[in-house]
Amino acid sequence: MLGFLKEPVILTVEINMNVMVLTLMGLISRLWRLSYPRAVVFDEVYYGQFVSLYMKRIFFVDDSGPPFGHMLLALGGYLGGFDGNFLWNRIGAEYSMNVPVWSLRLLPALAGALCVPLAYQILVELQFSHCAALGAALLILLENSLITQSRFMLLESILIFFILLAVLAYLKFYNLQKHSSFSGSWWFWLLLTGVACSCAVGVKYMGLFTYILLLTIAGLHFWHVIGDQNLSNVSLMCHFLARTLALIVIPVAMYVSFFYVHLTLLYRSGPHDQIMTSAFQASLEGGLARITQGQPLEVAYGSQITLRNVLGKPMQCWLHSHTNTYPIRYENGRGSSHQQQVTCYPFKDVNNWWIVKDPGMQQLVVSNPPRPVRHGHIVQLVHGITTRYLNTHDVAAPLSPHSQEVSCYIDYNISMPAQNLWRVEIVNRESDTDVWKTILSEVRFVHVNTSAVLKLSGASLPEWGYRQLEVVGEKLSKGYHQSMVWNVEEHRYGKSLEQKEREVELHSPTQMDISKNLSFMAKFTELQWKILTLKNEETEHKYSSSALDWITMDTNIAYWLHPTSSAQIHLLGNVVTWTSANVAALVYVCLSLWYLVRRRRKIYDIPEDAWQLWVSAGGICVGGWAVNYLPFFGMEKTLFLYHYLPALTFQILLIPIVLQHISDHLCRSVLLKSMFTALIVAWFSSVYFVYSTFSPVTYGEPSLSVTELKDLRWKDSWNILIRKQ
Amino acid sequence: SPAGSAAAAAAAAGLHLHACPAARSPGRSGPSAAGGAPGAPPAAATLPRPSRGGSTGGSGPRHPPQLRLPLPPPGGATARLVRAGAGPVPGIGGPRPGRAGWDETHFGKMGSYYINRTFFFDVHPPLGKMLIGLAGYLSGYDGTFPFQKPGDRYEQHNYMGMRGFCAFLGSCLVPLVYLTVLELSKSLPAALLTAFILIFDTGCITLSQYILLDPILMFFVMGAVLSMVKCNSCADRPFSASWWFWMSLTGVNLAGAMGVKFVGLFVVLLVGLNTMHDLWDLLGNLSLSLVMFGKHLLARVLCLILLPLALYTAMFAVHFTVLNKSGPGDGFFSSAFQSQLIGNNLHNMSVPEHLAYGSMVTMKNLRMAGGYLHSHWHLYPEGIGARQQQVTAYLHKDLNNLWIVKKHHSDTDLSDPSIPVEFVRHGDIIRLEHKETSRNLHSHQHEAPLTRKHFQVTAYGINGTGDSNDFWRIEVVGRKAEKLIRVLRSQVRLIHVATGCILGSSGKILPKWGWEQLEVTCTPYLKETPNSLWNFEDHINPKLPNISLDVLKPSFAEILLESHMVMIQGNTALKPKDNEVTSKPWHWPINYQGLRFSGVNETDYRVYLLGNPVIWWLNLVTIGLYLLITVSTAVALKRGVQLTSEHKELSRVVLRGGGQIMLGWLLHYLPFFMMGRVLYFHHYFPAMLFSSMLTGITWDTLLKFLAGFWSPSTTAKKVYGAGFLALVLLIIYSFYLFHPLSYGIVGPMASDPSSPMAGLRWMDSWEF
Repeated sequence: MLGFLKEPVILTVEINMNVMVLTLMGLISRLWRLSYPRAVVFDEVYYGQFVSLYMKRIFFVDDSGPPFGHMLLALGGYLGGFDGNFLWNRIGAEYSMNVPVWSLRLLPALAGALCVPLAYQILVELQFSHCAALGAALLILLENSLITQSRFMLLESILIFFILLAVLAYLKFYNLQKHSSFSGSWWFWLLLTGVACSCAVGVKYMGLFTYILLLTIAGLHFWHVIGDQNLSNVSLMCHFLARTLALIVIPVAMYVSFFYVHLTLLYRSGPHDQIMTSAFQASLEGGLARITQGQPLEVAYGSQITLRNVLGKPMQCWLHSHTNTYPIRYENGRGSSHQQQVTCYPFKDVNNWWIVKDPGMQQLVVSNPPRPVRHGHIVQLVHGITTRYLNTHDVAAPLSPHSQEVSCYIDYNISMPAQNLWRVEIVNRESDTDVWKTILSEVRFVHVNTSAVLKLSGASLPEWGYRQLEVVGEKLSKGYHQSMVWNVEEHRYGKSLEQKEREVELHSPTQMDISKNLSFMAKFTELQWKILTLKNEETEHKYSSSALDWITMDTNIAYWLHPTSSAQIHLLGNVVTWTSANVAALVYVCLSLWYLVRRRRKIYDIPEDAWQLWVSAGGICVGGWAVNYLPFFGMEKTLFLYHYLPALTFQILLIPIVLQHISDHLCRSVLLKSMFTALIVAWFSSVYFVYSTFSPVTYGEPSLSVTELKDLRWKDSWNILIRKQ
Repeated sequence: SPAGSAAAAAAAAGLHLHACPAARSPGRSGPSAAGGAPGAPPAAATLPRPSRGGSTGGSGPRHPPQLRLPLPPPGGATARLVRAGAGPVPGIGGPRPGRAGWDETHFGKMGSYYINRTFFFDVHPPLGKMLIGLAGYLSGYDGTFPFQKPGDRYEQHNYMGMRGFCAFLGSCLVPLVYLTVLELSKSLPAALLTAFILIFDTGCITLSQYILLDPILMFFVMGAVLSMVKCNSCADRPFSASWWFWMSLTGVNLAGAMGVKFVGLFVVLLVGLNTMHDLWDLLGNLSLSLVMFGKHLLARVLCLILLPLALYTAMFAVHFTVLNKSGPGDGFFSSAFQSQLIGNNLHNMSVPEHLAYGSMVTMKNLRMAGGYLHSHWHLYPEGIGARQQQVTAYLHKDLNNLWIVKKHHSDTDLSDPSIPVEFVRHGDIIRLEHKETSRNLHSHQHEAPLTRKHFQVTAYGINGTGDSNDFWRIEVVGRKAEKLIRVLRSQVRLIHVATGCILGSSGKILPKWGWEQLEVTCTPYLKETPNSLWNFEDHINPKLPNISLDVLKPSFAEILLESHMVMIQGNTALKPKDNEVTSKPWHWPINYQGLRFSGVNETDYRVYLLGNPVIWWLNLVTIGLYLLITVSTAVALKRGVQLTSEHKELSRVVLRGGGQIMLGWLLHYLPFFMMGRVLYFHHYFPAMLFSSMLTGITWDTLLKFLAGFWSPSTTAKKVYGAGFLALVLLIIYSFYLFHPLSYGIVGPMASDPSSPMAGLRWMDSWEF
């Protein structure tokens, strides 16, 4: 107590000037003239629209990944005071004055700059020399592709930052493990590993690969801990629980919390509403909620309803009918029943209204008190405007001849009786006596006579059907599929006894007051499921490439071109670094195999601790490269060169490792060593030379002449833009 | 349209007819459906898409039925898709002893093809079908049964040989797994338990009863596993006779498995991993000299790589020797290959030798499995380039593949006999007019539909009048100017005059609007690849004399490579359609849904492929149990817990023997999660065999371990015996309950309470 009165308070600060200088250089290289060009660059056009939607609090779904990365970008916009008013419609469009370009691009650039000291620290933690660590950091610093990717509103640099942070934190934790388990810093680095992993996964699903790699490494390390006989069973259990908590429970919780923030921020309805279920839409302000507010919850006999197909593919649509009939004979010569068409129509329309009728009674109004329809009840569905009954029969459907035609029944007196009884089956029921609820219940309609199920086939009808979507009765219903499930979207209790009144009633908007709120977990699971299953049309982009092109950098991406001059920005890597990284990986694999086989024959070329270092460094770097690269060969989505950047970062870290190993263990004589050092210096200057040669297309200035641009085209497959005179 | 394709259309239409057996309905004319297009053209939506991405879509006019031939012949890729679409195809009666059931229509038919020596194409390698054909041949089947649709009566045809053969191989699985488990665990009860599981599994029984590839595949897979395990046990006496025998038998079985279906690759992987592990052990054995190690390595290379490869190649050699007549599979192969087939129009063909103006030609792309240049009365949908007529590459022979060579600037009718014949020369500028639609081959600077970096190719103009974008310069590879162009032998390139791009086929499959035919583009990159080379195949010009041509015979290696490329392309084309309920890999181990082999209605004789649920769920639980046991054993060993010698032996069986089997299960199951093609329930059965073996080993070990807690050894034995007996009785009783699934049910559906199976429909997804 009060010790400070007796002794002076001494604060010793140790600053690693290496790290400081590297950080500074990183900041300069990434932040230099950040707001140039003041125009939309490449995928900014894509991410920018989400930033705008965040600013306006409008709900959206992006199938490219989870929302954390988007939120970080939006944070930049928020700090810069962006109001979201900008039309993100084309690459190269000039930003208006209200767009805070600098602050929007700041976070990715900072993340990119911090990768430089992180690379340094990782190599130090892998117990390589400061010289090697410095080399790794400089290689990252001078890598043109990483610079380009960090200078714009894109997610890769943030992803790489979190990946490297996770690796560093794990290494720190592992090195502390040996002597100070459960100390404060041990906990800090362990928790930071988990947090950084979940952030990486939250930015892009690609982060998952590194997360799995780290989990595997942690598992292997823990396996050695199990083998430690000095540890009691209890402390072993504590170790296990601590790791589970930090590496699994916390990341999962954080991942869910990203969605919580996302859904809390975005509460207004917007352009992507239709992808979601009616219940989800009703929870958003505006949009469907405005219509459905205050609808009666329970569907009763006499209810007027619209039925939406749950699948929502190829587009959302509602069960529909109109006075036109099926053509007597289709173009291919097959015949139809010539009854009234039933389709699925993607727009709101008065013809989407149906009335639920009790087969035993004539009336089309709701009695007082209303008699709710329950699971298993048999109903007739009457089309509101034409008062014809929904019917299906043993006639082939127009486009799906193996399914039954669905029609609204017209009695032609040709001994073809009406078959208009449908059994209501609530798919998501809790008990067999559940009431059919508006929006919440997902219902199948099973035809009583033929046990066919009302289904959206997904095909769209020809001209005679106005290109609306075909609805069929599926006889061979194989289990649950969303195309067979419908839910009530708009709903009111019918009151009009006469057809004329009813038509007026159907045309009037529904309006009443109650609201239905979904729990967060229900919204989360739905949104997560939609993100994972939503498929965009897989098309080739002008600058898309295949995974095999990346390793040799046979492709580039033009990010931006000045509207008048030939100043341009390309995603183009440092050729020397890329080649050296490939060579390093090859050397690493060959050397490791050689050592491994020799060790198996009990011949030890290098000391045991050097071997351990070699293995752990390879596990991280080669492993990181492999997990971030190889999965792309099995992916069917459109791929771009920038997908390779995380893998490249790991590969670059391997270069100084291999170099140091060669100089320490393979260069036996002093002469050889000094020659090798000279070689490294020469090689390093070539890295710098390439960096400075390509910096005009990395930073977008200065504008180069045509011959200079032609000289930059080192590979024929590179697409450098040259203006026609 | 050619007869083969028409038959395909009719066959497919037949399937649909039966899927919707409502020919009585007024307004729907039954017979016309057979002539009409099966699966009528789904017009693409023109409605605005509500989600981002703007509007796509637009639709072409309907295909005239006689010209619309996107269906490969029966047995081809699309016919199988049809099968997927109609679900397990319901026959009228079902495979009562005298009727064809389910996939028998494919594999039985292919057996017939071998007997008739007709060339066909299938996505699987030939061994399985060859064996079926052989069995049929030996048992006196004459190959005349048409196998048109499930439910057809066999009548007087002798089909029992083929079925008997498959059933025999299916029954051989029981002794194979029995011996494998016995070898791995050295425990008779474990082996017996596994054998009982297989004997009483309804799924295995059903699958072995028909003419299918699966029993043959599983036989070879299990054969390979058994010989591998046997060979491992011989490790203490290397290079002995039995060691050589088992090792070469492993190789033979690997070749067999690969030769039936490509999923045989999984067992190759299993054996490969096992061998690598083996060699690693040998390498660590310092008492073994490096020379000795080299011998070990060589022996394995010989038996497990060279021998299977030789056998596999031999299979194809037999395949191509037997099938020497032209058949439905011709169009998938190159012109050179087709000229080998008796009856093909290229066989000993005589055509006008040099290409002339006014000739009618077909052009075949030179890439492996490339198609004929094709066009039809359909436009590219809106939003995909210009809205002009589609040009594709099509694998089947068809009237829409015919083009007329014309001079680029004049449109005089060259068929007039008074005009002298003028030959096309290298470097000439020509115009290609599509014969059926009279439109010109055209390209322009719009993006191609799939390969966005290339230009779109369309058919343009009316009655042969177009614009300057219809002009193409024809060049022969490796020739100087002014030379004539030879049919079949000249490899030509068509260069678009206006843009300088080259006509090529990317080999990518167009979506529905393009009838899943192959994309044709004009590539601005002047690389020399077979993609952008073509040859003229048919050549009709009445004014020129026909000359007999001997096309260069392809070497066997070329044929082998080509047939593999075609098979791979066929496999990737088996994609599930939108909105289609397909079987998912996670359904399989939980026995979520079966496959209807035949029969839908109450009066039908119904056979339903479904595993015995008790056995399958036992297997599923056992996998979890096994993982639990393994982890705890491994941790105990790592923690240095002292085990008794009995427990050591048990842990060895669990870790080593069980580990191998577990690896086999993983290798035969996990890869399906990554496959994009259409999957079926029966794909799980090889994995199920491994799972059953694991069940035998695990439960035996578990019972032995638990029985160890009872002190006198006699009581322990009784406990063990009781547990074992209980398991066996459970399996037999469940078989008694579910046996109608494989031997056929007639009567009300199980969803009807009056059915004898009513109480057994434990999952809503079962449909028997």
